[in-house]
Amino acid sequence: MSDLKEELKSKIISVLNLEDVTTADIADADPLFGDGLGLDSIDALELIVLLDKDYGIKLTDPKQGKAIFESINTMAEYITANRTK
Amino acid sequence: MKKVFINGLSAIGAQPVFEGFAPEKFVLNNEETAFCPVQPSYKEMIAPGAIRRMAKGVKMGIYTAHHALKEANNPVPDAIIVGTGIGCIEDSEKFLNAIIDNQEEFLTPTSFIQSTHNTVAGQIALEMGCKAYNFTYVNGIVSLETSIQDALLQLQFENKKSILVGGVDETAPTTVHIYKKVDRIKEYRDDEDFMHPTSKGTVYSEGAAFFVLETEKKENSYAELTAVYSSNALSKEAVEQFLEQHQLSFSDIDVLFTGNDGSTQNESAYLAFEAYFPESIRAMSKHLSGHYHTASGFALWSACHILKNQEIPAVYRRNQLQKSKLGTILIYNYDQGNHGLILLKAC
Repeated sequence: MSDLKEELKSKIISVLNLEDVTTADIADADPLFGDGLGLDSIDALELIVLLDKDYGIKLTDPKQGKAIFESINTMAEYITANRTK
Repeated sequence: MKKVFINGLSAIGAQPVFEGFAPEKFVLNNEETAFCPVQPSYKEMIAPGAIRRMAKGVKMGIYTAHHALKEANNPVPDAIIVGTGIGCIEDSEKFLNAIIDNQEEFLTPTSFIQSTHNTVAGQIALEMGCKAYNFTYVNGIVSLETSIQDALLQLQFENKKSILVGGVDETAPTTVHIYKKVDRIKEYRDDEDFMHPTSKGTVYSEGAAFFVLETEKKENSYAELTAVYSSNALSKEAVEQFLEQHQLSFSDIDVLFTGNDGSTQNESAYLAFEAYFPESIRAMSKHLSGHYHTASGFALWSACHILKNQEIPAVYRRNQLQKSKLGTILIYNYDQGNHGLILLKAC
């Protein structure tokens, strides 16, 4: 699980082009949206594509996203339980 | 008809021009077939959340627009008008490559959103909170000239006082690759390829230049922007007529600023045009800026400083004619059948 969390942090930094942010700056429980990393709705779309492309998870209900993308912890848990690749 | 003055300007290009007009810092690059822009640190003026999504062209456009307005004492523009030849090609390439690489699946929104030609004008307006007329002209080599034409018409004939107008173009790897394949960019550099080209293709580059055009002449005005003209054909009679409309003849042009791009494909047009002006000082700019669709913005930026300083730096000169006063500059740009003219007067 900890490897997956580090992998997710690297991918988020790369996909969202988070200049000046390193994996060490993102704590596992930090909120990704709002006050935490400060991501927005366009980033949410990028993360949905990331789940589909890299882990074979299709989010059909957009309402699910809010809980899944709450933090690195919640993302890692959801991926572990649902990944198809 | 009201007169129009250039009261603020800023540029980014292959030379360190964002710092101001310092031709002594210009470096002649005689080796590469594509120049990279010398860019400022954008982080000081664009929010980190916004900058991470911006391609080069958007950043160059926002930076130069901001600094041009600042120099003109931050007027609220009555219009934002941008010219671009190939728009936000970097994000267009990213999006198209993603379609191919991912077999038309997993398409992400950011590069698509920012791939349109009017992204720069839109982002400038968003940064400023400006809801005025916002327009982007995509018209090949005369994209900037067309934008200026729109601005001049609005300033001269409507009740507009201040308009932000500029040109911006960026490069991207696939575009450069394709342009090389079709001889739009040189395979190799010649010894004197801007003065006497011996091969097809230009030396390519990218950049941005923005100008604040206003109907009020100010103490810090650079020049009077008298007229622009663009056409698919340009005879000597048409040039004569253009000049006559502004009470000028060929011999009244003190400096002829041409966009010689180093390609044998365009040389004959430049030679024919230059022959109309045997009494003018001749200057050129693309050996410094490289060629891109809105490179006339770099020439206009340079010409404004030359008129204000009343001096032509040696690095621009093509002949050694001297004039006691520099009163008029005509900028001529040509590529593949399209001609553009910009007429400036000292003020």
